[in-house]
Order: sequence, then structure tokens, then C-alpha cells
Amino acid sequence: MKLRQKVEESIFKVLMILATYFILAVLGIIIYSIFEKGIKSLSWEMISQIPKGGYYYGKGGGILNAILGSLSLAFGSTVLAFIIGLPVALYINVFLIRKKKLVMLIRFLLDLVWGIPSIVYGAFGFSLMIMIGLQTSLLAGIITVTLFILPIMIRSMDEILRTVPIGLSEASYSLGSNKSETAFKIFTRQSISGIITAILLSFGRAIGDAASVLFTAGYTDNLPNSFLEPVATLPLSIFFQLASPVPEVQDRAYASALVLTLIILIVSLFSRGIGKRYHKTKINF
Amino acid sequence: MYFLNRKQRHTVNYTWMIVSLLLIALMPFFLFLGLYLKSFYLLHDFSLSELLFSEVWKPSAGKFGFYPFIVGSIWVTLIAMLIAAPVCLLAAIYVTQYTRKYFLRIMHPAIDILAGIPSVVYGLWGILVIVPMISRYIGPFMGIKTMGYSILAAAIVLAIMIIPFILNIIIEIFRSIPVELKEASLSLGATQWQTIKKVMMRKALPGIIAALGFGLARAFGETMAVLMVVGNVVKLPKSVFDAGYTLPALIANNYGEMLSIPKYDSALMFAAFLLLIVSLFFNLVMHFFIERYNKY
Repeated sequence: MKLRQKVEESIFKVLMILATYFILAVLGIIIYSIFEKGIKSLSWEMISQIPKGGYYYGKGGGILNAILGSLSLAFGSTVLAFIIGLPVALYINVFLIRKKKLVMLIRFLLDLVWGIPSIVYGAFGFSLMIMIGLQTSLLAGIITVTLFILPIMIRSMDEILRTVPIGLSEASYSLGSNKSETAFKIFTRQSISGIITAILLSFGRAIGDAASVLFTAGYTDNLPNSFLEPVATLPLSIFFQLASPVPEVQDRAYASALVLTLIILIVSLFSRGIGKRYHKTKINF
Repeated sequence: MYFLNRKQRHTVNYTWMIVSLLLIALMPFFLFLGLYLKSFYLLHDFSLSELLFSEVWKPSAGKFGFYPFIVGSIWVTLIAMLIAAPVCLLAAIYVTQYTRKYFLRIMHPAIDILAGIPSVVYGLWGILVIVPMISRYIGPFMGIKTMGYSILAAAIVLAIMIIPFILNIIIEIFRSIPVELKEASLSLGATQWQTIKKVMMRKALPGIIAALGFGLARAFGETMAVLMVVGNVVKLPKSVFDAGYTLPALIANNYGEMLSIPKYDSALMFAAFLLLIVSLFFNLVMHFFIERYNKY
């Protein structure tokens, strides 16, 4: 009996170690193969020019349209989601602090919405667009992506705001401030690092998602210059270039993927750095 | 805002909060209603069982059978879960029970990076690595000729995509198990493995089920990565090496032509509606498992 248990434990331990290092190895392989493939065709021309005529048959040009398009789309929707999301997160944690059941219901709804796949948002955004008579455009893309990242934004802010000690808000009330002042002046400052992390997380999601912008943002070879015109996005640019039968264009898809991965890695590095740097001193009440 | 006095500012802020909150709270209902109304044309003309279980997909002839897509989606999702679930569980136990604290500090960024990689990049990686691997090694090894673009390729890519998501939740669950429980078991003479197997696993089980359910819902709706490696052939898959088609891929592939064929847009919205229902259903059920975990 003793022996069997020992054997069982060691077998499982080996399996566990294998599983853990498998995950780390997969991450390594992904990063390595994206870099190895992408770095070869990555050039200054790629990231500083828009596609020239015949770009999709291997002629010159770059993906500046997609880079700028993705950045403006992600930036716009992050700002919009922040404008809607911050008050909701604050409201849950300042105004509804005593109504546990209601707060639980709202968090539950948010989690439910968070789980909805982005293609569903894309389809919904598309029918919304048709309803209000909007063409595929930057604006339609921003609206759809905003809906998609809102739950992420609110829930991650909420997770930080709920750690604000109750004593801090009591101190604020006792000095005569009302609830919205407490919310916007005390709570936001206390959890500024978490809020920035939430914003960067949403930004990363917004820039990487393709399924929700497929219907709504369209695609163009021009630089984005108006809210009402279609806009190119990096994920779609990768997708379209990869679908081409021409090897040079496929190589450019790898380079575009490298650009997108780098943007996301930089954003996540930033959010880590900022999280550490602006972490306010922990207050104990 | 500083031209307003304190009370007015409070009113403005308060209204802003309430409006935003209502917008969020009503979003699932809007989504549900919007997609339902859009797919209503289709539901009006065909019966639900006809749509779900017919194999014939010929939009130009007015035949909409979603069965191949549903089967494709289920295959891909289940195989992905079969791969991801044991890996996540084993890794989570190892990381939380057998290693020191610093290891978690290495794992967390790794998980975050994996979770942050966009699905298009996963798809591209699948084409670069997984598809050739299947067509050159795994297929011939099993004695099957395959292109590589297959259910299996999609499932492997999908498994890797949802691993960080599931792993994160399971790690949190194991970390939230009270230490006293473990100590009590150890002090009664149980070995560490017995404690994990008989005490911790039992405590964590509802949480683990919930984590897997959330992962499953996420996998079911994943679009781009699957679309890029699954092969996109409308037929019932016979083996995992066959090419298939999934519901999200159907929507994403055909949005361009959907306005030119009658009822086609309604059919695609119906596919989105199905995805929405599956996702809401799984998240609802799994939420109750999490509740149970929190209770006991």
C-alpha cells in the first residue's frame, strides 16, 4: 500500500512538472517562431508606408494604414469605454456598498457579458449599424469594440476599487465631502495604478481582436482620416495577407504579426511597470 | 465642471453614473433581443429542429442546415478541452502546492502574455507550426493522409489559447483554499499527495468545474484562430483529421456576401444568436458552481 501511494505520487508529480513546463515551452515556441519568421521581412518600409499598388501581389509598400488604424480604433474605444466604465465601477463601490445583493447581481451580469464571444459583438454591431444607417467605418468599429471591452474594463477596475478600505471613505465623509466627491477624488486616487492597468488591459484587448471589427470597421489601404470612413486594422491585415498565395505577401503577414505582438507586449510591460510605480502606500484602518 | 456648485456637480456625476450603469445592465438584453429579431425571419420560415439538424447548407437555394457547423464546433471545443483540462489542472496543482512562491512570480507573467496574444497571431502560429506538424508527422504516423488543416489542428491551437484562461482561475481557486484545511489533513497523518487528492480536490471541485465551463464557453465562441486552421469545409467530419467548419467561422467567412442572398444575413445572425445562447447558458450554470464553491 505504501509503495503504491509513493509510486502514484511520483507519477503525478512528473506529470505535473511536464504540464507546467509544457505551458512555458509553448509560450517560448510561440514567441520564438513569431520573432524568427517576422524579423526577416520586417523593414522600415513595412512600418512607415501605406500599401502601394499591387502590394497584395508582392509589390512595395507597408502596413502603416493598419498600424495607425488599429491604434486609433483601440484608442478611441478605450477612451469611450473609460468614460462609460469608470462611473459604473465607482457607482458599484461607493453608492451601492451597502446593497450586497444588487452589487452581486451587477457583477454577475458583467461576468455574463464578459463571456460573450467577440464575433457575437461583431454581428450585433453590424445589425446596429444597419439599423442606424451607418457604413462600415472607424466610428462603427469603435462602438462595437467599446461594447466588447466595457465588461473587461469595468470588472478590472471594480476588482481594484473594492479593495479600497471602508475607513478611507468614512474619513472622507466625516470631513464633509459627498458621495460623488468621495468617488471621483478619493477612490480614483487611491486606486490609480489599478485603473491604469485596467485601461491598458482593455487597450490590449481592443487592438488584438479581429472578429468584432471584421464586420464593422471594414478595410482600406488609406490612412484613417475620418470617423465615417472604413479603417484598416492590424489583425485583419495579417489575416488578409496570410490568405494571399504569394510568398512575399505571406512573409509580410509574419512581419505584421510581429508588429502586433510587439505592441501588445509593450502595452503589457507598461501596465506592469505602472502598476508597481504608482502603487500608493497601503493604508490600514 | 468648476462653474457648477458642489450640489450640481454631484447631480451631474450621479446622472452620468446611473446612465452608464443602465447601459451596461441592459446590454445583455439588447444583444439577445437584437440578434433574436434579426434571426426571426429565418425562424419564421423554418422550424428550429430543421435548422439545427439538417445537413444541407446551400444558402443560394434557400437551404440552411446548421448541423455540420454545430457538430464541427462541438468537436473542436471538446477536443480542445480534453487537451487543456488535464494540463491546466496538473500545472495549477504543481504551481500552488509543490513550488515556492517565486515560481508563481515567473508563471504569472507567462500566463498573462499567453492570454494577451491576439487570436490572429495564434492562428498564424497554428499555420506555421501545428498544421505542418499534423500533415508531416502526426497524420503519417497514424497512417492517414491529411492536409493538416483539420479539426485536430483547430483543437490544439484552441487548447493553447484557453489554457491561460482556465489556469488562472484554477490557480486562484487553489490559492483561496484555507491553509487550515490542508494542515488538519497533514496533521492526521495524510501524505501531501493524499491531502491534495482527497481534501483539496474535493474542496476545489465546484471551482474547477466552473473554470472548465468558462473555458469551454470561451472556446466555443473563438473565431479567428479556428477559422484559420480548421479548413472550412462544409461537411460532417468523420475523423479529427478531416477539415471542418465551426459556427463562428461561418459568420466571419461569409459576412461579405450575406446581403446579396435573401435570408442569408438572417441565417448568420441566427448563428450568432446560437453562440450567444450557448455562451450565456454556460456562464450562468458555471456561476452557480462558483457560488457553491464560495459557500462551503
